[in-house]
Amino acid sequence: MATVELRFSALPEHVRTARLVAAAVARRAGVDESVLDEVRLAVGEACSRAVGLHRRGGIDGAVRVALIDQEKRFLIEVEDEAGSASVPSREHDEGAETDEDTLGLAVITGLVEDVEVTRGASGGLIRMSWPVSDPSVDG
Amino acid sequence: MDLSLSTHTIGDRTVVEVGGEIDVYTAPKLREQLVELVNDGNYHLIVDMEGVDFLDSTGLGVLVGGLKRVRAHEGSLRLVCNQERILKIFRITGLTKVFPIHNSVEDAVSATD
Repeated sequence: MATVELRFSALPEHVRTARLVAAAVARRAGVDESVLDEVRLAVGEACSRAVGLHRRGGIDGAVRVALIDQEKRFLIEVEDEAGSASVPSREHDEGAETDEDTLGLAVITGLVEDVEVTRGASGGLIRMSWPVSDPSVDG
Repeated sequence: MDLSLSTHTIGDRTVVEVGGEIDVYTAPKLREQLVELVNDGNYHLIVDMEGVDFLDSTGLGVLVGGLKRVRAHEGSLRLVCNQERILKIFRITGLTKVFPIHNSVEDAVSATD
């Protein structure tokens, strides 16, 4: 089970909450202060993308954010329920909406070294991780 | 933290002071403001982002949309930003090449290039 798991209706007003919770749990897990801004932004982008996919597809459902404190990495999963629209395709261009989606993914991949955009149980799944500092080294 | 917006004019430039967080929830308010300014005939915009605490790709999309609108009227959209964490997002997405970014409103007002 995830260390902290969050599920919210796919609405824009909840994305800020997800960002704040993710940053707080990451800090507690030992993610370096200097990258907490990146964590906050990357989670926000992943959640915004999920919300956008739900809204554009007219699909109800929830966004799941799992915050997982592993031994040496802090893992975040953001999963939507927007079906097949969730995994980016190069084959069709939907204009401005795709631009926004592309921009969001560009920010995530530009920020996070370890990131994977894949398919979840009922939509897309973005998996990201950051190193955690070893408390025994830091004292 | 919500989004705060205020506008004032300096000569033929319209300065939009933005404060707070620009994200998927608040970005539509900024979009409305920019659309309204352009519809009212303000084609030389300066978006002062010194009070912005958070910006994501939705906010970037709104700024790009604003740029497209003013360019359709041969106008300009300049940004004022000194915050590294905000500038980083423009760099990652390659938008530093698209937007003129200035250190101060004064610099943006006097810029003509």
